[in-house]
Amino acid sequence: MTYEGIREEHSAVRRHAGMFDVSHMGEVEVEGPGALAFLQRVLSNDVAKIEIGGAQYSCLCSEEGGVLDDLFTYRLGGDRYLIVTNSANHDADLAWLGRWSRSFDVSVRDVADRYAMLAVQGPHARAILIGALGIALPPRMRVATARIGNRPALVCGTGYTGEDGVELLIDPEIASAIWAELLDAGVVPCGLGARDTLRLEVCFHLHGNDLTPERNPIEAGLGWCCAEATGFVGAETVARARREGTAEKLAPFKIEGAGIPREGNPVLAGGEQVGIVTSGTFSPSLELGIGMAYLRTDLAEPGNEVEIDVRGKHRPARIASRPLYQRKG
Amino acid sequence: MTLSDAHYPDDLLYHDQHDWARLDGDEHAVFGITWYAQDSLGEVVFYDAPEVGATISKDSSYAEVESVKAVSDVIAPMSGKIVEVNDSLEDTPEKINEDPYGEGWLVKVRLTQPEERGALLDAGEYRKLLENS
Repeated sequence: MTYEGIREEHSAVRRHAGMFDVSHMGEVEVEGPGALAFLQRVLSNDVAKIEIGGAQYSCLCSEEGGVLDDLFTYRLGGDRYLIVTNSANHDADLAWLGRWSRSFDVSVRDVADRYAMLAVQGPHARAILIGALGIALPPRMRVATARIGNRPALVCGTGYTGEDGVELLIDPEIASAIWAELLDAGVVPCGLGARDTLRLEVCFHLHGNDLTPERNPIEAGLGWCCAEATGFVGAETVARARREGTAEKLAPFKIEGAGIPREGNPVLAGGEQVGIVTSGTFSPSLELGIGMAYLRTDLAEPGNEVEIDVRGKHRPARIASRPLYQRKG
Repeated sequence: MTLSDAHYPDDLLYHDQHDWARLDGDEHAVFGITWYAQDSLGEVVFYDAPEVGATISKDSSYAEVESVKAVSDVIAPMSGKIVEVNDSLEDTPEKINEDPYGEGWLVKVRLTQPEERGALLDAGEYRKLLENS
């Protein structure tokens, strides 16, 4: 899980450049004349807005409007798209996409074995990559083809850390050689522990914790990536939730003083339980306990004071606005 | 930060839940966690200390140490009453990693059942336990 220590890795990404082997992420290729219509049906965002070479974040919703997965879609060509799935959901996503694709002129292919994925993130990540690999990099939220290790590759201007950087989708056979090359170039190898502290500081959701099939995108704060007018699967629930509001909302918080919140800790107000922590950790940048919790909507406003029941100790906490950590510069 | 290599001083007694006790006469002892415990946990960022005066029992949890990603109960190697806690760990919990048998000590205890020492392991036995686990 860790190469050096989470704090050192975390700080390397915030100040310099770090890399993560995220090859566990899954990839699905969607291609054919019906690709756009199909993706509009299954993805929450307005897929028509993705230009060729563009990227977009979306939810994959159930018919009840629950979040089955959250994923990035890259448009590789006119009617060719690549979707990156969360590993734990990959097989289920694939089955779901396969099922919905039947009424469209489109092919859905599992291409997870074709790619290794390296996320290279941090303020110096781009400069180091350009120097080490001699490739041009796409701007943020764009994708470009490249040759890396003399093999075709995809370079995506995306990440999960709140820092600038890219994600490389490369041939698994050359992945360890590229890793070694970047290591020589001064990129710090980081584990998934640091990936979690980095993403939580900038309030990126983790599916399975902050997003589940029992929660809709509106209560998760992901209304911005839902375009109900496209009529995607689950859009009715999302539209109703947006119109009528939800009983609970996901909100980030900071512990005031000692204590580190963890997933599953109850959130208290006036002595009664008003919510539950879905992600919690120690923030290496802020040096205090941080987290995200679903709690009663009327209490989920920034500045509001609550308590987190951390194994029986009631730790004062304050609801904060996103992100919890703001990138310098 | 560079963490020191594995070491288990010969002048300490060890509990199989990876805690140590340094006896001071028959009535007093200092407790802490072993090199193995801090290494397994990773960088400690928070020490949740017991209150001075609290009664603690052998084999039961008396404190918590937390790293970035995990929390661990600290098990009392012997029974007694807390007479002092290491307050300096509030600001520098990383001392538990850097110097687990020195500046990273956790509590000082007045022992209520000093004979419990007989159930603890010496350094050689503890090392053997780690090798076989």
